[in-house]
Parts: sequence; C-alpha cells; structure tokens
Amino acid sequence: MSENRAPIISAEPRLPCGTAALAGVSAVSLRAKLRRLMPLHEEMRALTLAVPLLALLIVSFGVPIIALLSRAVYDPSIVNALPRTAEALQHLSAADPPGDDVFAALEADLKQDQAKGSIFEFAKSLNSRLSGARSQVLKTARLLAGGAAFSKSELVAAVPFWGEKETWSTIRGGAHGFTSFYLLSALDLRWGADGLTSVPAGEAVFLRVFARTFMVAALVTLATLALGFPLAYLISNLPPTLANLVLVLVLLPFWTSILVRTAAWTVLLQKFGLLNDALIALGIATERLELMYSRLGLVIAMTHIQLPFTLLPIYSVMRSIPPSQLRAAHSLGARPLTAFRRVYLPQALPGVMAGCLLTFILCLGYYITPALIGGASDQLISNFIANYVNVDLNWEMAAALSFMLLTFTLLLYAAFARFLGLDRFKLV
Amino acid sequence: MLLSPFPTLGERIRIGVLWAWCALVLIYLVTPLLVPIPLSFNSGSFFTFPLAGLSTRWYEVVLGTERWRAAIGNSLIIAFGTTALATALGTLAAIGLSSPRFPGRRIVMPLLISPLVVPIVVTAVGAYRFYAPIGLASTYGGIILAHTVLASPFVVVTVGASLSGFDRNLMRAAAVLGARPALAFFRVMLPLILPGVLSGAAFAFVTSFDEVVVVQFLASADQRTLPLEMFTGLREQLSPAITAAATLMMTLSIVLLVVANLLAGRSRRRMRVAPA
Amino acid sequence: MRCLKITVSAVLTATILCLGAGKAAPAADELTIMATGGAWQAAQRQAWFEPFAKKTGVKVNEQEYLGDLGKIKAMVETGNVPVDLVTVETATVLQGCDAGILQRLDYAKIADRTKFLPGTALDCGVGLDVYGDVLAYDTTVLKDPPTSVLDIFDTKRFPGKRGMRKFPAQNLEWALMADGVPTADIYKVLATPAGVDRAFKKLDTIKKDVVWWDAGAQPPQLLASHEVVMTTAWNGRIQNAVEQDNKPFAIVWKDQIVEYDMISIPKGTKNSDLAYKYLAYISEPEVAAQLGRFIPYGPVRSDATSFVPKDVLPKLPTAPDHMKSYLVGDVEFWGDQGEELVKRFNAWLAQ
Repeated sequence: MSENRAPIISAEPRLPCGTAALAGVSAVSLRAKLRRLMPLHEEMRALTLAVPLLALLIVSFGVPIIALLSRAVYDPSIVNALPRTAEALQHLSAADPPGDDVFAALEADLKQDQAKGSIFEFAKSLNSRLSGARSQVLKTARLLAGGAAFSKSELVAAVPFWGEKETWSTIRGGAHGFTSFYLLSALDLRWGADGLTSVPAGEAVFLRVFARTFMVAALVTLATLALGFPLAYLISNLPPTLANLVLVLVLLPFWTSILVRTAAWTVLLQKFGLLNDALIALGIATERLELMYSRLGLVIAMTHIQLPFTLLPIYSVMRSIPPSQLRAAHSLGARPLTAFRRVYLPQALPGVMAGCLLTFILCLGYYITPALIGGASDQLISNFIANYVNVDLNWEMAAALSFMLLTFTLLLYAAFARFLGLDRFKLV
Repeated sequence: MLLSPFPTLGERIRIGVLWAWCALVLIYLVTPLLVPIPLSFNSGSFFTFPLAGLSTRWYEVVLGTERWRAAIGNSLIIAFGTTALATALGTLAAIGLSSPRFPGRRIVMPLLISPLVVPIVVTAVGAYRFYAPIGLASTYGGIILAHTVLASPFVVVTVGASLSGFDRNLMRAAAVLGARPALAFFRVMLPLILPGVLSGAAFAFVTSFDEVVVVQFLASADQRTLPLEMFTGLREQLSPAITAAATLMMTLSIVLLVVANLLAGRSRRRMRVAPA
Repeated sequence: MRCLKITVSAVLTATILCLGAGKAAPAADELTIMATGGAWQAAQRQAWFEPFAKKTGVKVNEQEYLGDLGKIKAMVETGNVPVDLVTVETATVLQGCDAGILQRLDYAKIADRTKFLPGTALDCGVGLDVYGDVLAYDTTVLKDPPTSVLDIFDTKRFPGKRGMRKFPAQNLEWALMADGVPTADIYKVLATPAGVDRAFKKLDTIKKDVVWWDAGAQPPQLLASHEVVMTTAWNGRIQNAVEQDNKPFAIVWKDQIVEYDMISIPKGTKNSDLAYKYLAYISEPEVAAQLGRFIPYGPVRSDATSFVPKDVLPKLPTAPDHMKSYLVGDVEFWGDQGEELVKRFNAWLAQ
C-alpha cells in the first residue's frame, strides 16, 4: 500500500521544489543559467513535470483498464470448462466433424463441471456466443448426471444441439482462449461457415449505434460552439466585474446534479411543459410539440449540459488575446471581418479546439440523459456498454465495445490532428 | 470590443446582434436552473406545475436529516480534494507537455485524455479492481484518487490551450534575470495562464461533484455522496429533496462567488492606490 | 514559503489517505446489507433491519447501490466482498447465479422451501416481497376507464401516448395475451421463435405510441405531467402517489403480472452464517408480513398472509380481488431466454 502511496505524495511538491532542485544548486550561477537553456535539460524537465500524473494514470487507470479490455480478445471460459474437449479438438482439422473421442471428452468435461457446480458459468458464457446454448448445455448436464454413458450418436439423438456444425465451430473458436468473436460482434460481424459475414439484420445494432453516438456528439459539439463562441467573445471583452457576473451564470449549472438538470429539462420539454406553454402563449406554435423522448429534445438537453465545457476553454484563450491587435489591424485598413478572421481567430483557435474536443469526447459517454430524455432509438453506445457490465454481466462484450469506442475516437482524433494541424496549437 | 472610438453603423449593428444572441444563450443556460427552485418549495412530491402548495418540507429533509447533511459534506470533501489534486498534477503535466521538446508527446497526450473516452462503467470496474486489493476502496483517499484520474484530462486540455498563447521567452527572460523556476512560474507564467487553470479546476470540480458510477463502486455507507443519495431513490421516486439540495448549492455558490468577487475588486482597487 | 505551502498540502493529502486506510475491519457481529435505496429500503429498515438488530444484537450496516450486479461481480472477482446480503430483482438473481457471483443457498438454514410461493425460493435468492406489474391511469383524463392491462394495445379506444418499461419481460407476455394466447400457454408460445415474432409483431402495432420508461420513479411522473394517458407501472409507486400526494390515479389489476423482489448472498462474504440468520428471520411468516405495513408489497409465503394487517391486505397484488386474472412471471423461462430476448428487444427498439 505504501509503495502505491509514495509517488502520489511526493508528486505534489515537485513543482517548485523539484524544479528548483533540478535547475541546479545555485540559481544565480551562470552555469546553472546556461544549463537551464540547454535543450537536453529542458527535455528532462518537461518530462519530469508530467511524471506525477503519468505515473498515477498508468498505475491506477492504465493497467487495470488494459487488463479489463484484454477480455475482449482473451476469454478462457470455454477452454477452462472443457479442457479435455479442447485437447481432443486440437488433433482435428477444422473441416472434420468431431468423432467419438471428442464426445467422450465432452461428456467427461460436462460431468466434472456439473460436479464442481461450474456448469452454469459455462452455459452462460457459451450462450453469449451462441444463442440458445444455455438450455441445451444444462439439459445435457442433467442427462449425464443420471450416470448413464452416451455414445456420440446417442447424445446427438438426445440433444441434437451437439450434432450441429455451428455448435462445434463456436467451441473450437473458444478452445484456445484467444478469440476474435467479441471484437467482430462489436462490428456486427461473425465467422460463419463460409468466412466473415454480417450478423442477421434483426441482430445488427452496434454499427448503427456507433454511428448515432458520433452523430449526436458532433451535433452537440457544433451547437455548443455556435452558442458558446459568441458568448465567450463577449465575456472576454466585458469589464471585469460584469464579466465575472456572466461567468457565474455560466458556472452555475456545475452546482446542480446532472440528474436535477435532466429532470428540469423534462419539466420544460414535456408535452404539457413550460416550453410548449410558452410557445402556445406566444402564438409561435399552434400545436403542442413532441420534444420529450426525441432526438431533438436529447440534443437540446445535452447541449445545455455541455455548453460550459466548450465555452470556458475558448474564453480562457480569448482572455490572453490583446484587444489592441484587432484595433491595430483595423487602423491598418483591414475590414472588420477580415481582421477578425486573420488576426483574432487564429489565436482563439486553440481554445476552440480544446473546448470542442472536451465536449465531443464527453458526449460519447452519455447514458443517463439519453435513458431519461431520449426516445427508444436515441440510446447511445454507453447505454449498451453499461448494460453489458451491469445487467448481462458479459464483460467480454463490454470490453469489446469499449475497445472499439476507444479506437474510433483515437482514429478520429488523429485524423483531426492531422487535418487541422492541431500540432501547431500544441494540443497534441 | 469596439474597433474605434467612433463606431460606424455596421459596427453598431454587429455588436447589437452579438448582445442579442448572447442574451438568448444566457436565457437558455439559466432557465433550466430556475425550474428546480419553485419545485423545491412544492408541498407535493411531483415535478409538475402548477405546484400542489407551498412548503419547506424538502429543505427540512435536506438540512434536517443526518443522511443528506453527511452526503453534502462527503461530496464537498471529495470534490475539493479532487479539484486540488487534479489541478496541481494536470497543470504540471500541461506545462511539461507544452514544451516543444517534450519526448513522445504524440503517445503521451492520447494517454492523458483516455480517461475521458473509456466508458465510465468500465473505469469504475477498473478502479475497484485496483483500489480494493490495496485497501483504498471505501476510503476518501481512494475515491479522490479515482476522481483525479477522471478529472485531470480537463485540466491538461484547458491549461494546454492557454499555454498555446504563452511566450516561453518570458520564462527564459525571468531566468536570465535571476528568478528561480518556482518564482518565475508563480510570478510570470501562472498569472497569464490563470483563466485556463481555473477553467480546468472548475471542470475537475464538477466531474467529481456530479459523479455517481465510480462512487457507487468505491464508496461504502461512510462515503455516501449527494449524487448517490439522489440516484439510489430513483427506483421508486425522484425525490423533490434533490431540487432543494440543488437550490441550496446554487445559492451557496452565488454567495461564495460574489464575496470572492468583492474581495478581488477591493484588492484591485488597493493595488491601484499603492502600486507595488 | 511556496515550498512550505505545498509540503503542508502534501501532508494533508497523506493524512486523508491514512485516515481512509486506517479504517477498522467490521467486527464479526456486524451485517452489511446493500439495497437500492429510497422508500423501499426505508420500509425494509423499519420492518426488518431494526427489529433484527434489536432481537439479535447484531449491528446492521446499510449500503446503497443502483441495483447493478457489476459491482458485485467486481467484488467477487477481486475476492474483496464487504457486503453480506444484497437485494436484487429476479432477473438479476438469475444472471448472478449463472455467472457464479451469488451463493447457491442452503435452504436447510433458512426455512422450508415448499412453504414459499412458486418462483420465490430460487437457487441463489429468497423472495422478499410480491409486487404487481399493473396498468395505471389518471381518472381525470380517462373518463372511460380501461378494464384490463391489455387495453394498452387498444389505440382506438385510448388514443395518445402510453408508457411501458424499456425491457422485454412483461411486455412480450402482455403482447401475446392481447393477441389471444391463453394465459396458461404464454410461456409455451414464447419459447418458440414464431411466438417471439408474434409478440414483437403485436408490439409493433403500438410502437410509435409508446414512451419507454427506465426507472420505477418515471411512471407516476409521466401520469402526473399528462405525458401519457396510461402506463404500466409497479403497483407500490402508484398507491403511494394516491395516498401521500392525493393524485387521482387508479390501478387496473386485471391481467397483472406478479413479480418478486429477491435477496441474495454474494459469493465470498465472510459473514455467511449471519446472513443466513437474517434470511431465516425475515422468512418467518409473522416477520415476512411486516413489510406490507410500510409499503404495499405482499409477503412471499402464503402462510404469512394471515399476519398482514387487515387494512393493508386489499392493496396487495395478492388480494383475492386482484387475482381473478393474472400471470406469474416465469423465472425459469427468463433465466433461459432472457439474454437473447433482451438483445432482440434492444435491436427492435433501435430500428
């Protein structure tokens, strides 16, 4: 325990004390000054500053998360439950049907699982790969518990499940522990009898949900930018007292739970809610709008929650842009829009990037608000991941979906970084 | 905001439109926060207007019961602990990363923001598997550390954005003039990047203050927080007590911020009278 | 100076960490029960936790969680199980049992298993109470009242939005019942692919009119705000709204589906014996009946009904008046088919 705690405590004082110590014995000596300017030294110092956070992240977040995500590709539940069967299958090529030796191994394995009480775990994990397998496995185990020995043909006659090609290709797929099943499922794909195929239309969900999640995130990001950028600009140009007052309003939502804000939006958006009342009273709408349980309602509520996350980074960068620059551009003959575009915007862009990045990524993780405000077709990928973790207890599938989400997001991030040259803004 | 002391008609219009747009945005931002206030005085227990009647029963629940008081206290302890730790560590890391010579920035940066991308339930399971064996589950420290991991990317990103406009030559100048790095940081760099640091701190605060999933995994009854208290009742009833709690928190924050603002204004005025 | 400040804050952090780490392990005669909070946990506290503590001298620690098994799985996998008992839904018990994170119970230490209502004494969980999945509506809105839960499928007589739970269980059963399948055959039909198709086809007819709810708190709220004209709901919440908030709601009991709340012991708890003692205590008929005094849910043993206060009895799902036409949720069926049906239901919703 103490080994874990040590770096965290020593991390804090590192800033001034540590850098001072690193910078040299005597701060005023010329050599120290020179060394401070030396490239290699700067490299070391830069790294040292990031070490405390990096260490905390790697130890307490990186390692456990990688261990969890690795479940997406490594699931030993089948080989653990059927060690003899897996062994017997090793000697067969994929095309051969399992023979008597494999069935004998299967019976021995199932009997042992039944005796150990682990048969349910096996039935559940096979079921998550092959629909309907659970009841077949349990039925077989009950049959075998009677004590009688079955030959291959007898078992197939009693439980036709064991004669099916798909059963054995599924078991073979899990016989090594390493599997591509979950990652493929996260992309609505599976290995069929004739190679890689899409899952049937009725079961295909995830690609659509991924697309929807990124779509909603993009919409909300754009909306927060359209609302937040002008307000940030205004605040950064107001006198301090007034600016602080407006900032208080922007920060106010942070003190109320997301649950309260979601409930408030319910009160506003519902059919007989305040917004519809206002629209009718003002004569803008003649009929009550269905805003709750719709994509529009979801985007309105999410934009509200995310607005400060886009606005504040923009504002904090705008604060450091001297207003005199715009005036100078103007007096040098630039038209206002040109001056804004050529002088102001490039300097504000790092803030815009940072704010949009935060909002976009945060949107990918929403699941409470979609569950309470969105309609049935507005559930985002995190709803599914939460369901796999908490309800189905299928952590392999949750890991696969998380891995895909992480991959898609990082790819998108890399593409944007390249396309927009985020590098120049020192964001990457 | 004006480009010249004698604005043209076009400029006046542009500024008028900006003000009008911003007013609408502020209305959008604040209206949903006003909704819970009247509801918190509702004598009924439903989230509907018109109110069933006026009463302070939900304030009595929040202020009068040990559970709610403890939950508010726990939330504040954990949120402020997280804010302090995440802001310190995140600012340091962002300064390090902003150096053009930082080795392997392309690998480190995605790693630093990955806590934002990994779904929170997965993070929570991971956190439990890390903290429980070393005895930090069911402790304030464990929850603060777990929240710091979630909150630090905000600080890294916002401070990083602020640093993009920071001229590193200022630090070299300070060094050449004999300032030790700590002094140069506090007197030269920090004042310039302060808006970014404070934004990051605000994000860190709300990340922790509003977080329920990790808390659900790591907290025992002694660390029950406000969001956990709100969410666990959801199976039967969304208690209006949460609107009372929200109203109290907002009032408290306004009072705190106004006081801070007044103090800051006074010190600004004093600075003007007696320049250092 | 600066260094000093930072050193101080480091020391403070260390103190916080030490405070946390220094927490004493719970003594042997303490029992930790994790439930889902709210009015239901409060009712359990009054009916069972406190009397049990008083009777046995055991200290009962309460914890809340969101009803998610993920936490228990994380506990069991790390071998760090600070919770001795956990209240769960029936579907959750089945999942947890299969996943090997809940203990298989030894009924010899609890009570005579045959005395429980069918489906309430499971391998990994003991029933706590009986509740009804019913239909609720606002009497001031619907002048022509629905008479059966199945009226939710009648969009001609009852136009407008209706609320249903975002979950396949109950909805599929009602769909088949509304489609003319006799109550006795529901699960037989639902076990066939054609039967599942038939249920979804029936649900298709009202899909665009449905508001899907997630949390038990939502149905009364949906009614109160007139967002829906009728909604499926758990009976307890509607009755509370009527009694405590004078809401003009009414319950339709005909064709209700009877469900159970459960309590389980996570694998690897150190206080297993004490947990069994608690289960035995709340399974005594007289004790089991106490819960109904605080929340309108019935006992899971038929021999406990005589101990239920007379004024409470007519509110329970098991009251004779409410049991004229009903279905009991088939635990076995959902244990077997639940995962596939949930997956299909979610895919259906997303389309």
